Amino acid sequence: MENNKYLREEIIRISNVNTKKCMKCGKCSATCPMYDEMEYHPHQFVGMVETGDIQPLLDSDSLYKCLSCFACVDRCPRGVEPAKVVEAVRLTAIRKQGANRMTANDVPAMIEEDTPQQLLVSAFRKYTK
Amino acid sequence: MKVSYFPGCTLKNKAKDLDMYAYRSAEALGVTLEEIDEWQCCGGVFTSSASEVATKLSSVRALKATNDKGQPLVTVCSACHNVIKQTNYAMQNNPEFAAKVNRYMAADGGYNGETEVYHYLEMLRELVGFDALKEKVVNSLKGKKIAAYYGCLLLRPNKVMRMDDPENPSIMEDLICALGAEAVVYARRNECCGAYISVESPDAAKKNALAIIENARAAGAEMIVTACPLCKYNLEKCGADFPIVYFTELLAEALGVKEDTNGKQ
Amino acid sequence: MQRVGVFVCWCGSNIAGTVDVQAVSEALKNEPGVVFSENYQYMCSQAGQDMIKNAVKEHNLTGIVVCSCSPRMHEATFRKTAAAAGLNPYMVEIANIREQCSWVHKDMITGTEKAIILGKAAVAKVNLNAPLTPGESPVTKRALVIGGGIAGIQTALDIADAGFPVDIVEKQPTIGGKMAQLDKTFPTLDCAACILTPKMVDASQNEKIRIFSYSEVTDVHGFVGNFDVTIRKKARFVKEDICTGCGACVEKCPMKKIPNEFNLGMDNRHAIYIPFAQAVPKVATIDANACNMLKNGKCGVCAKVCAAGAIDYTQKDEIIEEKYGAIVVATGYNPISMDKFDEYAYSQSKDVITSLEFERLTNAAGPSAGKLLRPSDGKHPHTIVFVQCVGSRCEACAEKGKEYCSKICCMYTAKHAMLTRDKYPDTEVYVFYIDVRTPGKNFDEFYRRAVEEYGVKYVKGMVGKVVPEGDKLKVQASDLISNKQLHIDADLVVLAAAIEPDKSARPLATMLTASMDTNDFFTEAHPKLRPVESPTAGVFLSGACQGPKDIPETVSQAGAAASKVIGLLCKDKLTGNPCVASSDELLCNGCSSCERVCPYGAISYLNKEFRMPDRTVKVRRVASVNPAVCQGCGACTVACPSGAMDLNGFKNNQIMAEVDAICKR
Repeated sequence: MENNKYLREEIIRISNVNTKKCMKCGKCSATCPMYDEMEYHPHQFVGMVETGDIQPLLDSDSLYKCLSCFACVDRCPRGVEPAKVVEAVRLTAIRKQGANRMTANDVPAMIEEDTPQQLLVSAFRKYTK
Repeated sequence: MKVSYFPGCTLKNKAKDLDMYAYRSAEALGVTLEEIDEWQCCGGVFTSSASEVATKLSSVRALKATNDKGQPLVTVCSACHNVIKQTNYAMQNNPEFAAKVNRYMAADGGYNGETEVYHYLEMLRELVGFDALKEKVVNSLKGKKIAAYYGCLLLRPNKVMRMDDPENPSIMEDLICALGAEAVVYARRNECCGAYISVESPDAAKKNALAIIENARAAGAEMIVTACPLCKYNLEKCGADFPIVYFTELLAEALGVKEDTNGKQ
Repeated sequence: MQRVGVFVCWCGSNIAGTVDVQAVSEALKNEPGVVFSENYQYMCSQAGQDMIKNAVKEHNLTGIVVCSCSPRMHEATFRKTAAAAGLNPYMVEIANIREQCSWVHKDMITGTEKAIILGKAAVAKVNLNAPLTPGESPVTKRALVIGGGIAGIQTALDIADAGFPVDIVEKQPTIGGKMAQLDKTFPTLDCAACILTPKMVDASQNEKIRIFSYSEVTDVHGFVGNFDVTIRKKARFVKEDICTGCGACVEKCPMKKIPNEFNLGMDNRHAIYIPFAQAVPKVATIDANACNMLKNGKCGVCAKVCAAGAIDYTQKDEIIEEKYGAIVVATGYNPISMDKFDEYAYSQSKDVITSLEFERLTNAAGPSAGKLLRPSDGKHPHTIVFVQCVGSRCEACAEKGKEYCSKICCMYTAKHAMLTRDKYPDTEVYVFYIDVRTPGKNFDEFYRRAVEEYGVKYVKGMVGKVVPEGDKLKVQASDLISNKQLHIDADLVVLAAAIEPDKSARPLATMLTASMDTNDFFTEAHPKLRPVESPTAGVFLSGACQGPKDIPETVSQAGAAASKVIGLLCKDKLTGNPCVASSDELLCNGCSSCERVCPYGAISYLNKEFRMPDRTVKVRRVASVNPAVCQGCGACTVACPSGAMDLNGFKNNQIMAEVDAICKR
């Protein structure tokens, strides 16, 4: 429980999001383009961080499905900014020792003739601390 | 008019067209793009957490270099624009973050968000003007039905980007009309293409991209224009077989500068 | 020197729990002028008041200090007590040792210390009190109602019923307001027109009621009982008293592509028009922006076909000046613009509509003659998605939407959904909601019926995006209960747009010096105890101009506002508040500082002759306060640089004496 409280405060601090502002309307999840890819959806990220139930989020691949497209941020009626919560949980996960989801060694295999640098750079930034 | 220009990694590699046509069109419009010396990659995505500092330094360096020259900073790639504008906003509005950044950059001198950041489209709208642009059009694109694709990076978060109405943008449509073509409006023009998810889940990215193209096609579009190399890549990869074109190419075509003076494309 | 009596109230344990009342009354015995000091359990009780009356007689008291609750609670009570004992009621001072002391302190020592200080300050002030006599002003026995919707109509009918003349000013060509545009009304589903139009006719036939339609209030002066109001009756280019409303002109008018406001632009009207069949007054109006004759002198068809000869292209706006004793604001509401919510594609598809547009679509007099047809292609919709809370309940600092709940949407959406399922059982109806809020008599039962009997699919979740594609609207939404993202191919999407006060409300509030909240709703004098009165005396509130309201609530409030107006108009004279500002003409330098800060327009300037010491006469510009308009706020006394302005009952020397008493200790 103590650990949860610490984690919660950490996520709130990194994201600078006030999860209490959420009125649980679900518009973030309604608008999310990656909904079907995710085990936990944007509204659950907000709700679970608020209650301190964070470990399941840290363990979930959902972290790496968020596109940071910010549709949930701009459409949230309460200004909660769910994408920033996802981002904060993701950072918490990949900042751990050895938790990088992608390494520089993985990159060459990904390069195809038409792969734009932007794709690799973005993925690298998202998956690596 | 001279402006500082941040091309970004992709424009110097896989998206050379986007870059080249941007240069040629700007020149035709009386704007000189001065590439920033020794610019570094923006990182592709802006990390929204203020606790991330190091990843944002390349953007700050570009902003500072521009400020030292007293010019506005222009970007073409949606991702570079998003990262740099968000970084600049954080420098203006988050003193704690700005102080940290300035400690890292002590050797380079201070920076506090003074630079004005324009996307190339904003430059056309605000520094050139669509009416003035219209007068410079030599090959009108009349008869073409073109759908603008914004994606997410140009518009969101609106609090920072301030480019247009994030739900009903018109800046690219205004450009398309200024070039003489017909702008096709469709609802998915501000939905995400799938971005970097195509590395891990190409099918998910395809689903997104396909929905966007089908929506544009159903609205009567013959081609989609975009400002972002990654958007172009995802839209082309989804298997829809639909022409996706950089807006600068269209602009260069209309301004009659698509081919350089040697007749080379 | 005054002979002051001090009465310390325990207020049960409210005060005595944290303040040593015995110590307070003992301590105040030694203050200058105090000849009597006592404490008692409930000072406001009959026994407590008798204690005051007896003390006044026995000790020849000339001033009274009651240490008790806020003066807002019982100042009036103790003033009456003093008057009954033969004292001027303004010789009473209240030291608030409850709200400002016992309730905010936790320990007895600090509580008691502060209570004593507050008591000392009150004693210091009462020592400088002087008897005050309120002035009187006459009452003009006529009321003005601004806005001719159901709120204004009901208020006017109730005032007229009590025998007072009342004028309705309505900016549209007809009265009726929003209710005239509605189809059915919840929860009983009676037809809005069937219950509204008799009231409109009553209003037009009542000899106590005058209706100024197509008119606006342009200026308000004066004060409670004595308002001078200017009304601009806009030229409608039709003589109202001659027009029979036959409609021949409308039929023949060649300009027939003007968006019809009454049907929210979903069909067209002519340049000369009567908004709807039951309009009151039922006379034609020419839209000057659309009429060819008025724009360039080419046409004149309506004048040719009018048998009554009512058309008058030369008609000018008419200015009406009238006196009123009371003013009722009934300016109503409008749905907010959907401009900033284009994730729902309102601007992109004709088949994304607002709920008010849905009312017109289902109304027999609407653009589709009551048949529920898609605006884009006239086809019958088979799947309809209703979206609740569009623009309501948004974050305060959000750039779009309103912070408040619009209150009426849950019920009208239940109504729309139920009626659709009733009339078109082959239609699938979804309602996306955040919460269903249905407090009200028979309201929740109504909503449950929509679900249980009519099979409306209520989904807890929001719509995130609407994508028009082909002839479908692809709706992407969340279902929070089953934790799914839904994709629905809809034929029609109906947005429950938030409502906001009419745009005319803010300039009107400025004219009336009536206060508004941050959302431009009029503020009531007390949110619970004076809900239909504005803090500005003589201005009353009716309907949605004060906050979102449904019809039953609007009609109740309309009646309540009327009863307040009647109570005012019944009086021949109004007793003013004697605690008003007055200016010492000898000190006044005519600088206008006070006039500029006065929120009530109570201060004007006179050029007055003064006899100088050398016997010459000099004309000087000096401030003059109209005591009937002054509300005693004291802003002028602070602004006055020469110390000429002072407030009766709160004179500068009295305030300073209080401050001294507090600081001295």
